[in-house]
Formats: sequence, C-alpha cells, structure tokens
Amino acid sequence: MPEPYLRIRNVSKRFGDFTALRDVNLDIGKGEFVCFLGPSGCGKTTLLRAIAGLDIQSEGMIEQAGRDISALPPSERDFGIVFQSYALFPNLTVADNVGYGLVGKGMPRADIRKKVAGLLAQVNLPDQGAKYPAKLSGGQQQRVALARALATEPGLLLLDEPLSALDAKVRIQLRGQLKDLQRDLGITTIMVTHDQEEALGLADRIVVMSQGRVEQVGSPVEIYTSPASVFVADFIGAMNFVPARVAGPGMIEIGSARFAAETAHINGDGRALAAIRPEDIKVQGVAPGDANALEVTIDAEEFCGSYMRATVIDAALGEARLKADLSMNLVRGMALTKGSRLPVALPPERLRVYPPLS
Amino acid sequence: MATAADPAAPGAVASATEDNRPIRPRASRDEIAQRGVIGVLVLYLVLALVLPIGMVFSKALQQYAFTPDQITIAFGRGGAFEAPRSLQSWIDETGYVVNDGLRASERTRVQIVRIIPRPARAGVEAYRVTDASSAGGQLLLGQEFSAPGQTIEVPAADLGRIQVRPQMSYGLGNFGYYFSQKSLSDSIRNSFVIAAIVVAINVPLAFGFAYALTRTRIRHKEWFRLISTVPILVPSLLPAIGLVYLFGNQGILTPLLFGASIYGPIGIVMASVFFTFPHAVIIMTIALGGADQRLYEAAEVLGASKRRTFWTVTLPGARYGLISAAFVVFTLVITDFGVPKVIGGDYNMLALDIYKQVIGQQNFQIGAVVSIVLLIPAVIAFTVDRVISRAQTAQFSSKAVPYQPDEDVRRDRWMLGHCIAVSVFILGILFMCQFAALAKFWPYNLTLGFQHYQFNKMDGGGWAAYWNSIRLAFFAATIGAVLVFIGAYLVEKGRGFVAGRIGLQFLAMMPMAIPGMVLGLAYIFFFNDPSNPFNFLYGTMAILVINTIVHLYTVSHITATTALKQLDGEFEAVSMSLKQPFLRTMTRVSAPCCLPAIGEMWMYYFVNAMTTVSAVVFLYSPSTNLASVAVLNMDDAGDIAPAAAMAMMIFYTNAAVRILYGLFSRNVLGSLQAWRAR
Repeated sequence: MPEPYLRIRNVSKRFGDFTALRDVNLDIGKGEFVCFLGPSGCGKTTLLRAIAGLDIQSEGMIEQAGRDISALPPSERDFGIVFQSYALFPNLTVADNVGYGLVGKGMPRADIRKKVAGLLAQVNLPDQGAKYPAKLSGGQQQRVALARALATEPGLLLLDEPLSALDAKVRIQLRGQLKDLQRDLGITTIMVTHDQEEALGLADRIVVMSQGRVEQVGSPVEIYTSPASVFVADFIGAMNFVPARVAGPGMIEIGSARFAAETAHINGDGRALAAIRPEDIKVQGVAPGDANALEVTIDAEEFCGSYMRATVIDAALGEARLKADLSMNLVRGMALTKGSRLPVALPPERLRVYPPLS
Repeated sequence: MATAADPAAPGAVASATEDNRPIRPRASRDEIAQRGVIGVLVLYLVLALVLPIGMVFSKALQQYAFTPDQITIAFGRGGAFEAPRSLQSWIDETGYVVNDGLRASERTRVQIVRIIPRPARAGVEAYRVTDASSAGGQLLLGQEFSAPGQTIEVPAADLGRIQVRPQMSYGLGNFGYYFSQKSLSDSIRNSFVIAAIVVAINVPLAFGFAYALTRTRIRHKEWFRLISTVPILVPSLLPAIGLVYLFGNQGILTPLLFGASIYGPIGIVMASVFFTFPHAVIIMTIALGGADQRLYEAAEVLGASKRRTFWTVTLPGARYGLISAAFVVFTLVITDFGVPKVIGGDYNMLALDIYKQVIGQQNFQIGAVVSIVLLIPAVIAFTVDRVISRAQTAQFSSKAVPYQPDEDVRRDRWMLGHCIAVSVFILGILFMCQFAALAKFWPYNLTLGFQHYQFNKMDGGGWAAYWNSIRLAFFAATIGAVLVFIGAYLVEKGRGFVAGRIGLQFLAMMPMAIPGMVLGLAYIFFFNDPSNPFNFLYGTMAILVINTIVHLYTVSHITATTALKQLDGEFEAVSMSLKQPFLRTMTRVSAPCCLPAIGEMWMYYFVNAMTTVSAVVFLYSPSTNLASVAVLNMDDAGDIAPAAAMAMMIFYTNAAVRILYGLFSRNVLGSLQAWRAR
C-alpha cells in the first residue's frame, strides 16, 4: 500500500465542555476525493478546519505528505479552501480575487495575468475577469472561489459545503464540473457535506461521521449497500427498521415469521434490529418457495412519481410495518391498491441485522 | 487503501495511541505581529485611560490634615534656646483657626507667624522648629520639605519663610466631608432632578419626532431629520447662550417667563433638551424603524383599534429604544457642565462642581470625589445601554417586512405640527445665536456687523483657538479612525491571543462609561505629575489628541465592529490559506469594504472634537487654546456676543465638513464602491 497523503491519528477537539471530535483516525490517499458526510453538529466541519489549521485539534496528529502539520498555523500548511459562502472579496474583480494568492511571491505581473486567465478558463468563466463578484450568479461565484483556491497549486483542496448555497439545478451541474476538474488535476480533495446524494455521486470514499466520531469509511457503494451501523443505515437512503430476535444461527424472527440472515455478529440476549431498504424488497417474480418469501397486504400507499412506496403488513409480521418500493409498471400491471395481497421476499443478502438500540 | 480494523468505524484506520498528545498550536509570524499590535493598543488604552482613572480613585482617597501637635518650636533668646513648645499648644492658647476652618488640601499652607502672635515673639533672636512626625515633610522652607525629626533653625526675621504643610493619609475622609457640605451634596440632588426632568420632556418629544419620521407620510422627512441633528454640531454652550439672548435679562422673549429667571433650572432644562434631543431621536428612529409590517397586519386582521395597536404593538416594539434613550439623555445631562456654566446661575450641578473645585479652588481631592460620584450614574447608564442593545439586536429578525405607513391625514397633520414646533425651537436658538453674534451692541444697537468676530481682541485665545480646534479635530479624527479600526479589526478578525483580544474589547468599551470631566481631571492627575515620564505631553496638542481619541473611542469602536461583523467571516481563513499577511487583507479588503463606516467614524471624531469642552477644559494651555473652550471663557468674561460668534463658527465648520463629506462620499466613495452594485 502506498504511503497515505494525509494521516490523521487520534484527533480530538474540545470546545470548553463540548467534545466536537473524539479520537478520529483516518488515512487519505494522494489524488483521492473524500467526502465527510454527516448531520449538522457531527464534527465534519471541525475535522476539516483542524486539517486546515483554522481550529487546531486539542490533541492528536495530522500529517500531510510525510510532514507533521499538527501545530502549524494555516499559513504554513499547503491547502486551498472553498467555503459555502464563497468568501469572495467583494471589492476586488474576479481576476484580482483569483490572483490574490499569487501576488507578493515575486511572480511577474504578466505571468499572474496569464495564469489567472488560464484558471478562469478552467472553471468555464473566460472573459469574466474584469467583473466584480456581485455581478455573477451564485454558481459562477463558487467557481471563482474554486479558481482562487487552486491558483497557488496547493497539494490539498478543502471544500466546506461548497454547493449548499446554490439552487438545485446549478448544484447538480456544478457537481459534475467539480468532479471533472478534480480528476483532471488529480488533486487530493476533501469535501464536507450533509447532502448524501452529493457525497454518493462525487466521492471516491465517504467518511460518515456522527457525534464527533467516524462511523464508517468506505466507497459509496459499500456505504450504501453495507452500512456498518444503524446510524449509517438510517442516515443514508431509506431504510426499514423492525425489531427482531435471533432465532438461531443465520436465522431471525420478525413477529412469528422466520427469515434467513447473517447473525454471527449479534451477541447478547438475542434481541436485534432487522433492516432492509424499501427498494431491496423483492416484489417481482417471487415464488412461494423462495427464501424469505411471504405474502403481505398493502396498508398504505404513497405515490412518488416513478414508483409507489407501499406500506405492507401481515399477521405473521406482528406489529412490523415495512415500506416497499413498487415500480409503477408493476402497480398498474397487477392493479395493486390498498388492501391488495401480494407475495414479497426479503433477500437474505439484503436483509441486515444490527444489535438492538440501547 | 486502509481497510477495516476498528470495529467502531469500519474502513477507518486503527488508533495508534502513541500519537495521543495535546497540541500546542504554533503561532505564525502573522499572529505574532497581531499580538504586537494588540499589545500596543492595550498599552495605549492603559496609559491614556486606565491609569489616569486609577489616579482619580487614589486622589479621592487622599485626605490632608494639619497635625500641629507634631511640630514643636523653641525660642532663642539671649543666645540660648528655651524649652520647645508644640504648635498645638500655641493654637489652643491663641484660638487661631487653622486655614480659616476650611478643609485642608494638598496645596494648603499655614505660616507659623500667623499662629504665634507678634507680642509673644518679642525679643526672640532665632527659632528652632522641629518636625516631630514620623513621616516628615510637615515643614516647608523655600522648596525644601523637612525630614522626620528634623529641626530647622532660622533667624527671627526668617520665621515667615517656614510654612506648615498638612499631612496626607488615605481614607474616606473626603467623601465624609463632601456629603456633609450642603452646597455640594445639594448638587447631587439638583443634577438628578434636572436630568430626570429633561428625560421626561425629551423622551416623549423625541419619540413623537421619530414616530413622525418613521411611521407617517409627512413630507420633507429628510429636512426634519437634518434639523434634528443640528444640535450635535454645536457645543452644549450654544443653546445656553442662545437662551440667554432669548430669555435673559435683556432677552426678546423674557416676558414669556412671567418673572421667572432663565438663569437656573429653567435655562438648564431648556438648553439640555436642545443638546440631548438628537441623541434621543437617533436611538428612537432606529427602534421604530425596525418594525415588522406583518405585526400590524395581524393586529388589523384581529380587529384591534389603532389605539390598542399603538399600546400593544408599537410601544412594546420600541421599548428598548425608549429605555436606552432615557438613559443616554440622563447621562448626557448629568455629565455636561457647559450648560450650567453658562446659564445655571448659582444653581449647582455635579459636573460644574468638579470644574469649580479644580479650576476655582484647586482642590483636586474633592474634585476627584465628585468625579467618582459622577461616575456612578454614567456606569449604570452604560451597563443598561449595553444590556439593552444586545436584547434589541436579538429582537429584530432579518426577515421582517418593512413597515409601510398607511394613509391618515389627521395623524400626519398633528405629527407635522410636532416636527415644525421642534424644528422652530432648534433653529430659533441657532438663529438667535447668530443674530446676537452679528448685532453691534445687544439690545441697544442691532446694526449687523462682524466686530464680534475679532476674537484676537478678546481673551480666550482668539482665532488661534479656532485653528487649534480644527487641527485637534483633524488629527483626532484621522489618527482615531485608523487606530480604532485596526483595534476593532484585530478584536473581530484576529487569530488566537483570545485573552488579548477580549482585553482590548473591554478597554475599548470603557471610555463610554467615563464622563469627559472625569477623564480630563484624571489626565491632570496622571500627566501633570512631574515623576511621570509622559509629563512632557502636558500642555501640548498631543495630549489633547490623545485625550480626544480615548474619550470618543467606544462609539467609533462599536461602529467599526458592527461593520466588520457584516463581512464574510472566512476572508481571513481564505487569506491564510493563500499565505497572505493579515495586513494585506485588512488594507486591501476589509478596510475598503468598511469605508463608509470608517468615514462615519472620522466624522464622529471630527464633530465631537470640535464641540467638546468637558475633557479638554482641564488640558489646554495658552498655546493650545480651543474654540469650544474659548466660547466658555469669553462667556465667563462677559463677552457673550463673541462667545456666540465662536460657537456659530464651530457650527458652520462642522456643517461644512459634513456637507463636504457628503459630497466626497457620493462622488469619490461612490466610485470606489462600484462593486456594491448588482
């Protein structure tokens, strides 16, 4: 394994009595695009600011490119940063903003001008250099901020919720541009976001955080398909949680119905929490003899455009109510409606079992 | 890539406990520079504010008393000295009243020749006077103090050269004395009564005016707003002088008083209403201006009457403004000394007492006691104001829909009448002053001319005083605005050094709680002390500038911090990531963005430096006489018309600077601020 570009070891941060980060450990490889994802107050921004040196951690070590930067002020670290608010200097032109970090380094004026023009072209804003930021749209401003952060050719790009202040359409458009740019430059990038869609779409790896802790680190697919904890499972995507009991090795019981599922990691008195995503509940081509199959009744339906999210119940399931996504084709074809009975299956490889919530 | 190792966080790397150590952030060179600048500013405020104010407290506790029982005197007759006798026994014998029964102060001296009557000294050839005290210094021969136990021998003819000094001790004696003196403690009551009356008149008056400006559809609001700020441009002495001409012994409207005298409470109240009015209007305009239209729509939908809406929506919404205005007016009145000086007659007020004690009687200790008494209401008012302004900021939501006054002809007619009445009062006094300044010999010869503008023919400093004031105002404004802005920038946007920044913030808020008189007196104590290395500043223009900058520091600081708070909080973070020094970001970004606020600070300093009397009255020297002080001194000398003329000069100067600033900000600042346009 190559030496990681950024090594974070045992980093904790306290503000008075409040602990914002608890013993965070993380490696980030060169050229990786990593997203810190979590609800507000989970510590993702605190971790980003610790990496930047803006709010230095209370304890723990941060190493960048083999250099211990733990105690260094931001000005002695190597990063560029983009904030949600853009933080463009309003009284400077776009070109002056982008060139702000290039001045005072002995770079000839003409070279600065050339470099700024190149950067603006790179973020698809050629010929906008003479304008003031207030004349630009939010998406354009954010691209200027990005160009400014990249101007000094930092080894690390930090993005603090860069897309959150933008309209939904612009956000998606900019997301694509950001990803392309990052791939072209090959710059190691950390982005803080609370938007899971953004994280799933952009990141090479996602760091899910909660209450100052790292909950799970993994690729978007890993995080989505194998959430390591109830928190991750709940935070990302939609998820059914129903109380269950371990009825034996590889066997759980929901209500009086038994299902096959991985149970080796469940200890204690056998109480557990079963989880399955609505789209993972199999509804087409279910035969009565299939694994984990049962017949259920549609108790409520919610129209979601391309699919129907149905709440299904059955006497065998006891109190448990499951949400299942039914494609509109199926709904029309089978004339499904409230009260309809239909066979479904909870595929064992999709049915996850967690320890019960305390 | 790293794989799952920690069961709590799959995918995360394993914890390595040897790295678990506390981090001490290293300061960048930039941060060290910031600390240096903060240190310099803190040092400045300590030297120019904290230490002088501390001297006021220590002076107030210094009590002086004669101790004649610790002085002995022996007569030399026929070549031999007789047995020494204590001075106290002589006093008991002759019934001499030490210092005419007045309280001894630092500078009181008693001569032995006055205690021992001439017949008792017949035939004495020489004296041996002994300082029997353990502290010494009781006797003064020429410039020399006696040492403890020292005996001074003088020939008979030189006894007159020996003076007895009172001994200093620390205690609350000055306070006891102060409160036992009826004339002095009366002034406390007088000050509070007058201030309360002015509040009672001014708050409704200003509320009505602000209401008219914000909640009606009367026309020419801008003009009324402008007129209401006129009193800020003049020294508080001006309305007093104007009232003398209107209602004084030879005033044109004197009969309206039906025999009552303008010299005294009536005059003080009227002049105080004049000079505190704009402060109350500004506060109340802000309080009433932030109303939310939706509240009024809700009240209307719920069927509330106009009166009920006023009492349940309008007044509660403005309550912070009302309280704040009341306290500000109260403090302004109680700490002002210009008005009672000119028009108070023999009606004593607190701030005037300081002036009388210090300038009149040279009794610094009692002056310090009065200062501390004066500090109490000022500090209370300051505290209330801070608490309220915090509550008020929380009250306004950024989502409020601006209030649109509805059509109401009757209301507007009344409010217009109110505005006109107030404007007539303000402009009338101003006009009266100008007229009196031009009239040849009031009230007998009303031919107009400029003879009263020949200030060089009067006491008070002449035209030089006027130019000194302009210099003071310019330097205080320019240096002050820069200094305060840098301080506010570091408090708001600095990195690290939290203790230093909190300290600077605290020191920056202090001057508002210190009345000008007290600060001026504090400067005498501190800078006039020959042992102070900064003593050389005393009597120079520099000390006036230093004093004025400190005196007006707080309001400018608040203006600057408010403007800085509106800037994006991440400018500094971005600059650090781009490895740019804070100085560049401050001068290239933050200061240009705050240019309107910096201009406001400059104006505030300039206008107030032109009009202030209270602090500088103790600090000017013959070579640094000031226009505002000249007004005071010419009035004191009976040259009232020239005093009015000089006061009007201050007004015209401030008005001109304001207009020039307005043009400047529209043209020059306007082009510099092009980036604001969307």
